[in-house]
Amino acid sequence: MTEHVSLTVNGIGREVDVEPRRLLVQLLREELDLTGTHVGCDTSQCGACTVTMDGRAVKSCTVLAVQADGANVTTIEGVAKAGAMHPLQSAFWEKHGLQCGFCTPGMIMAAMDLLDRVSDPSDEEIRHAIEGNICRCTGYHNIVLAIREAARTLRTGETASAGGVS
Amino acid sequence: MTAETEADVLTAETQVSAGPVGQSLKRREDPRFITGEGNYLDDIKLAGMSHLAILRSPYAHARITSIDTSGAKAMPGVLAVIVGADIPYNPLPMAWPAGGSSGVQNNVNTPRVLATDDVKWTGEGVAAVVAETPEQAADALEAIQVDWEPLPAVVDAEKATKEGAPQLHENAPNNVVFVWKVGDESGTAAAIDSAEVVVRQRLVNQRLIPNPLEVRGDIGWYNPGTDEYTIWMSSQTPHIQRLLLGAFVTGIPEHKIRCISPDVGGAFGTKIFCYADMALVMFASKLVGGRPVKWVETRRESYQSTIHGRDHISYLEIAGSRDGTIAGLRVKTYANLGGRLSTIGPGIPTTLYGRVLAGCYKFPNVFCEVTGVYTNTTFVDAYRGAGRPEATYVVERAMDLFADEIGMDPAEIRRRNFLPPDSFPYDNPSGLGTAVNGEKIYIDSGNYEPALDKALAMAGYADMASTKAEARTRGKLLGVGLSSYIEVCGVAPSKWIGAVGEGWGAAMWESANIRIHLTGKIILTIGTQPQGQGHETTFSQIVAQELGVPVEDVIVQHSDTKGAPFGYGSYGSRTASVGGSAAIKAAGKVREKARRYAAHMLEASPDDIEVDGATYSVRGSPDKKKTLQEISFAIGLGFSLPEGMEPYLDETAYYDTPNCTWPFGTHVAIVEIDDETGVVDLVRYIAVDDVGNKINPMIVDGQLHGGIAQGVGQALWEGAVYDDNGQLLSGTMMDYALPRASWLPMFELDETVTPSPVNPLGAKGVGEAGAIASTAAVANAVIDALSPLGIRHLDMPYTAQTVWRAMSQAKGGQA
Repeated sequence: MTEHVSLTVNGIGREVDVEPRRLLVQLLREELDLTGTHVGCDTSQCGACTVTMDGRAVKSCTVLAVQADGANVTTIEGVAKAGAMHPLQSAFWEKHGLQCGFCTPGMIMAAMDLLDRVSDPSDEEIRHAIEGNICRCTGYHNIVLAIREAARTLRTGETASAGGVS
Repeated sequence: MTAETEADVLTAETQVSAGPVGQSLKRREDPRFITGEGNYLDDIKLAGMSHLAILRSPYAHARITSIDTSGAKAMPGVLAVIVGADIPYNPLPMAWPAGGSSGVQNNVNTPRVLATDDVKWTGEGVAAVVAETPEQAADALEAIQVDWEPLPAVVDAEKATKEGAPQLHENAPNNVVFVWKVGDESGTAAAIDSAEVVVRQRLVNQRLIPNPLEVRGDIGWYNPGTDEYTIWMSSQTPHIQRLLLGAFVTGIPEHKIRCISPDVGGAFGTKIFCYADMALVMFASKLVGGRPVKWVETRRESYQSTIHGRDHISYLEIAGSRDGTIAGLRVKTYANLGGRLSTIGPGIPTTLYGRVLAGCYKFPNVFCEVTGVYTNTTFVDAYRGAGRPEATYVVERAMDLFADEIGMDPAEIRRRNFLPPDSFPYDNPSGLGTAVNGEKIYIDSGNYEPALDKALAMAGYADMASTKAEARTRGKLLGVGLSSYIEVCGVAPSKWIGAVGEGWGAAMWESANIRIHLTGKIILTIGTQPQGQGHETTFSQIVAQELGVPVEDVIVQHSDTKGAPFGYGSYGSRTASVGGSAAIKAAGKVREKARRYAAHMLEASPDDIEVDGATYSVRGSPDKKKTLQEISFAIGLGFSLPEGMEPYLDETAYYDTPNCTWPFGTHVAIVEIDDETGVVDLVRYIAVDDVGNKINPMIVDGQLHGGIAQGVGQALWEGAVYDDNGQLLSGTMMDYALPRASWLPMFELDETVTPSPVNPLGAKGVGEAGAIASTAAVANAVIDALSPLGIRHLDMPYTAQTVWRAMSQAKGGQA
């Protein structure tokens, strides 16, 4: 038995038939081949699967695919526009905000949600916003610097120095 | 100059500061990771791929009396159901028994691919299902009927050695794997017996679950057309796995196995080892006719079936005089190794622990006895630092306990006992670095006091009394903790490995191959394997520096046994110093051949060719020159070659290090403890590290940050907890407290630089330094904060519950 789900992913309309038990992360990774969204745990603790749904960060392992019916979902693959990195991506690169890269897509999507709501977050607000995203490599130090830098870039409108996707 | 000898190849040219080495270049790995284009194990989809799931034991200790798979075989989508008896492979190998030729008895028991007769821990694999989808495989597991005969279990290493404890293996009476000793037993006993002051303490270094954010997984593919196997694995050591899976587990010829590590999402030691699932997917793929078989563990499964770290119970005795001079250190340790042994489990609490127990101090007498123990728990092996954090915790707690006993400042007692800068190379007099045949490793270099001084200045150590008084007005107990650490990395000289007499089943050299295309573009292929450390960036910096080309002209290939020269892999903070030196050596060979070909092109003697970056010119006639690109093109075509010279620039080098490298430094942690709740807040963290020369300082700092966070995690939050029946209570991320962003401060880093004389880079290694130093620094800070209450030691982790209870007890005692 399957259910029909209509949703928009990274600006593209998608029609998918899924088993009711399928999770949004499974729909993204397995049905749509968007493997940038990762699975790091099975208890909604790690945040590696974070995407935005109608503009708010959600853990896609905790959303049933059928719950995303009618939603507008953005994954890490939809963040760079026309080959140009989003300021968050550029800042993560510039500030060495990643090592193994496994948590990075979820971390960027959680930060996206924060910067949509708060244009000039304090370090405390940044750390609180990514509290649901575990990074085992960086100790968060450079992630905080990266989000701070991205916020500055978005506020001032300066082009991030990291340039485009290469 | 000719490059006939290694000394000629490893010239001092690498020390020049101009060029990419030493620059914080942005990582070339990052664009794929920040755009979602990484390629981790679970991202790989192959045509016809099937999925495997493993049924794991719900008991910590039980006999398997029967397994009925008939129900599972009838489930939808099921292709095969496998039990241990179906698999003709050997048990997994033991690559590093503690004793070897030194005569220590090793009672080795390693896992089978699937358990056949009994299980020794909750989570040991007993059956597997291959199905069309992961969900069908998982569903079918539930239809497998196993009849169990539960047996009594033991999870505590010290208790497991006592009379009447449940026995795990017939060949290991009292559950003892080995009793291993290092150092001067009689000298240390005499020093302790005659000492003015002796301080004794029992320490528990709790079990940790390493938690790389990507769990492990494998894809096995048997190709019936070629009779060859390919295994994609989330591994730090694809070359070693090919060797172990072929020669030791399956008997399949090594050259018919190809191992590939795709992007690896963190490892921290867990992905060094040979795991049962690697052989299982090989067997399963052949069983289902050559369809690829994927297995990816769940996080819950990972907590039970991927290695754990640490888990020591130690009794320390530190002896000396009231002027702060230490005369001796004696340590007896019970090391929990789990229900069966992981690949190098016994090597971690022995060589990598006991041999560095003197830290950075001139202790004249040291003796250590380690009892390796079987318990009904997940196997324990190398986790970031691997033995050295445990040693640092012992010696740095010992220094603080001794200082407290004689009323001396912790900084002063460290300063008083540091090895002075003229001691190097230093051979520990108790024989900690000596192999059974007398072969030695030495501490290569060091200058410990400047790092201590710098860290103290950054922390405002001199004003700490007023800082503490100010905190007290806010209801906080402020504590400051030091950790002056040393680590042995850059492992290791192969002749020492061979001689150490501890059965270490591998040499430790590294490899690099450089090929230069006709267009001058360069491919470096290395035997080491990154898991987030940025090797593609740092190795391109090294080769670009050596050959005088832009870093963009060098790409770095790795992690596929097809095409890469054999390498021992990345762990033990060895990749830069050993693997980087192999790359330098290969570049030196290329440069030398290019020089000889330039002489041919320029009709000059090779001895008259000068090399400046990528320009090869005739001495005295600077206009007569060729670039490396021109040379690559001409020698690649090979239309004109000097007598005896082969075409093309393609050179492979193997580098065996003459010694290990020894980073050091001092870390300072400052904590505040809430007087009412016992909540510990790490308010500042200062780290001054000396890792020798740096290839990419930005990456070095990142390694330190991550290591520090993991070590802080052990001190404050993390701990694997079993109940008495061997059930893992901290069985998910909901129950195991990993450090989160809001729990940590920004880290304050600085450096001293003492280049290693061991290798041409002068690099020492940094992957583990943070994790080695930080646990002890935070522990000492917490105890310092609590010392006004009369508390002199608590075991980690310092959760609010632990600290509040201790504070309440101490206050009650005072009342």
